[in-house]
Formats: sequence, structure tokens, C-alpha cells
Amino acid sequence: MVKVLYFARLRDQLDCAEEQVMLRDSRNSVAELRQQLAARGEPWLSAMQDENLLVAVNQVIATPDVVVNAGDEVGFFPPVTGG
Amino acid sequence: MIRIQNEDFSLADEYQALREDAPQIGAIVTFVGLVRDLHNDESVNGMFLEHYPGMTEKVLAQLIEDARQRWPITNARIIHRIGALHASDQIVFVGVNSAHREAAFAACEYLMDFLKTKAPFWKKEQRSTGDVWVDAKASDTERESRWQN
Repeated sequence: MVKVLYFARLRDQLDCAEEQVMLRDSRNSVAELRQQLAARGEPWLSAMQDENLLVAVNQVIATPDVVVNAGDEVGFFPPVTGG
Repeated sequence: MIRIQNEDFSLADEYQALREDAPQIGAIVTFVGLVRDLHNDESVNGMFLEHYPGMTEKVLAQLIEDARQRWPITNARIIHRIGALHASDQIVFVGVNSAHREAAFAACEYLMDFLKTKAPFWKKEQRSTGDVWVDAKASDTERESRWQN
């Protein structure tokens, strides 16, 4: 299982702040996790296909090829707007 | 020093903390960001600031470390508020001290530019037409890219 977090506009769209997700394999890439979540259909499909979506694995910004392991924390969020 | 907090902060206290660091300090540069009451001519009554607890602190610590690698600064302090804020409220503080002004000016601007594009904060504005998540600005990404070389 991985702990998946959603923030800001994305959390509102999905009506979900946090969930535990069972990986299809014991190891998945960020891109594969996105595909797995997109396969749920709307609103996940649009959210996960958004090219502006940012992903952090264990609180570090991750590219699509980064590996996700069981026990990891994965955060999905839109571009940041602080300051 | 990094703080993420609901409560307001005192510029005088932060300045004093930067001043007392060490006698070799010859320059202090501070920046304070405030909530504006307009978005493209539409009035904004207030906003709500959300962040990614844990990751935010890590990103800001890394930005300070990056600034230290680039300039001979002595110390840097960053405060960012979260929660409900209103027009004219202070949102963010960045303060840097160093032996000479050049490093302090540059590092303060660098930290603010990267905070804008890298630190996981999000603003939701209460506009006259309803609550709206603020979109990221291309101009902020352009400002960040000026530091590439």
C-alpha cells in the first residue's frame, strides 16, 4: 500500500484528501500509478491526465520514471501559488 | 530558520534576530509579501492558504541551502502564513544577512522567486463571484528561470 495525498483544487475535484492505494505490483513508477488511478474513470481520469499535475514521492518532486514502493507517501497537487 | 504558521509575525522581531546573529554582519535585506485586495479588477475579500506539511519545510530548507552555495550569506529566515488571511495581511517574510549587501540582496530575491515556484502552498481567494483556487503565473516561472545561469 502507498499513502496518497491530494491537495488544493485537486482535492476538491476528487473529493478526497488522503487514501491508501494498493499498487498493482510491489513496485510501480509514478507514471504507472497515475495510469492505475486514471483507470477509475472520471473525475480521476481528467485529474491524472492533466499535464500540469505535480507529483512528489516521499515529499520530493518526482518525474514519471521515479519508482514508488509499498510504504511510500505520494502527493499529487497543482502548480503552487504561495508567496 | 523556517516557520509555517497561522499567526502574524513582527518585522521588528525578525530584523532583530537577523541583527543579533554576529558582529561581522554588514547587511540585512528583508522582504514582506502582503495580501492584495484585487485580482484583475475583481475585488478579493480574503483568502485561504493551504500547504503540504513536511514537504514545505523540506523545500524551503533546500532553497536556503542552495542560496548558501551561491552567495556568502550568514543566515536566512523564512516565515509563511497559512489559513485565513485578509487584504493587507502579511503572508510571507524572507530575511537574509551577510557581510556585504550584494549577497543579501541577491539571496533574498532568489529565495522569494523560488518560494513562489517550488514551495507547496496554494491560495484560494474569496472573490465577489465566489471562491476560486488561484492559478500559477507564467511570470513567476520566468522570474525563476533568470537564475539558471
